[in-house]
Amino acid sequence: MKQDLLQVEALSVQRPGAEVLRGVNMTVGRAEIHALLGLNGSGKTSLALALMGAEGYRPEQGRITLDGHDITHLSVTERARLGLTLAWQAPARFEGLPVADYLALGMEEPSRERIQEALEAVALAPKAYMGRSVDQALSGGERKRIELAAVYAMRPRLAILDEPDSGVDVLCLEDVITLIRRMADEGCSVLLITHRDEMARVADQASLMCGGTVVDSGPPDKVREYFARRCRPHGDLLGSQPWGEEAGGTYQRVVAEGMCDE
Amino acid sequence: MLDAYEKAGGRPDVLEARRVASAVIHAHDVLAVNEIEGVTIETEAREGGVRARINVAPGTKVEHPVHLCFGVTASEGLQVIDSEFEIGEGAEVGFLAHCTFPNAVELKHVMDARIHVGPGATMRYREAHYHGPEGGIEVLPTTHAQVDEDGRLEIEFDLTEGRVGRMAIEFDADVAANGVAELVSRAYGSADDDISVNEIVRLNGEGARGFTKTRVAVRDQAKSEITTTAEGNAPGARGHMDCTEIVRGRAEARNVPIVVVRDDRARVTHEAAIGSVGKKELETLMARGLDEEQAVDVIIRGMLRG
Repeated sequence: MKQDLLQVEALSVQRPGAEVLRGVNMTVGRAEIHALLGLNGSGKTSLALALMGAEGYRPEQGRITLDGHDITHLSVTERARLGLTLAWQAPARFEGLPVADYLALGMEEPSRERIQEALEAVALAPKAYMGRSVDQALSGGERKRIELAAVYAMRPRLAILDEPDSGVDVLCLEDVITLIRRMADEGCSVLLITHRDEMARVADQASLMCGGTVVDSGPPDKVREYFARRCRPHGDLLGSQPWGEEAGGTYQRVVAEGMCDE
Repeated sequence: MLDAYEKAGGRPDVLEARRVASAVIHAHDVLAVNEIEGVTIETEAREGGVRARINVAPGTKVEHPVHLCFGVTASEGLQVIDSEFEIGEGAEVGFLAHCTFPNAVELKHVMDARIHVGPGATMRYREAHYHGPEGGIEVLPTTHAQVDEDGRLEIEFDLTEGRVGRMAIEFDADVAANGVAELVSRAYGSADDDISVNEIVRLNGEGARGFTKTRVAVRDQAKSEITTTAEGNAPGARGHMDCTEIVRGRAEARNVPIVVVRDDRARVTHEAAIGSVGKKELETLMARGLDEEQAVDVIIRGMLRG
């Protein structure tokens, strides 16, 4: 049996005043789309940052391996050079850096064709965008799409996409879903953090986070069912949850019960 | 001289084009001048400097930017240029000036410019410097500008290639009703470079507008001090000052915005950001495989282009 591409074992991360990750265990297979679900504050973005090796998210305990390499203590750059990358939930802006140059930065062999292909994959016209700067003049949705294009252009082995759908208009959602599928078809594993039911449907596997740890993993339908069953309507603890509203009210407003294993 | 001009970003072939007005001044020698219809360039080399008077006739729309090449190829010396720009009513003209000092070890470049932008006229002036790696140079440009009613003056100053040495920019502009003055300065200092920018924009006429943008990066032990003053002296005057400085190593950056408003219908704003490169920006680029130094360089170069 083939080894999983990513293995996370008993990963714990302490931030000032809070333990944001508590003994996380999960795996992501090769060319697998793995949805990471959970309510706001459940630890999804913290896990993404810890996997990428971001400053302030270095683990106290646990181990991360990528294709058999222990990357737990590697820098962001070293992880990226092994094929791991992250599309931030709110991507940074870069004054004076043209979109084409930004996309080329992560490419092993930069080519105009690949840059154009990546922009077209996120429904942005290359002619209109290649020369624009990755700065504040871009809308939030445009910036998100450019981030996705940059990740796609890079041909990573594992792409962590932190809410690639947030801030993106409804018409473009289908393009984002298609791109994620395309990345997997081209051999890239995707760890997809999302609140949207329709986004989660593209996944091959899913994990549910709650209280800083993964409380369930498996086929997406099973995890979503678990999410509904083990969570209960709760109107005022964490506020409105997009999962419930965007699923047409199926799950109502829900909040996890906490560390509530069977 | 032409090699040096090219290093500063200039195109030597343009200097030979008859349809493009140009002047080439090496140290205190005027090497070439080309005038075109509506644009006169009077130069006079005299002891202690060169005097240049550039006149654009009223109503002239100059198709190609006027190319100016100033420089000294020797390692030591002094270049003093005393210039006047007279842009007639309703004229439109751009200037591309390249200042090149590729071998400077102990050199001083002094530029004293007086600019008059006539009513409804537009002048765009872009000056790019190329200095050598030694840093033994002083660049001391002083500009006094008068922008008449409905006139427009845009100035861009770039010193991002080679060592800065010591640079002290002095700029002041008086802007009449509905006139516009925009000043953009970019510099990248390293080692013991010393950058000083002092800008004053007086928005004296009703509806006058002023904008200053400063982008400076300093590393090692370099220092920068940016002082920008905008005065809103008339109804509807609008001014904005925007300064970003990035500091690396033991460098030091200082920003002093001065806002003066003398009419309760005027408005002047400023924004300034001084600090190191943002962690998120850095990690975003590192997540593409760049190491920290490469990422910092991309961010600084981008900011200096912005």
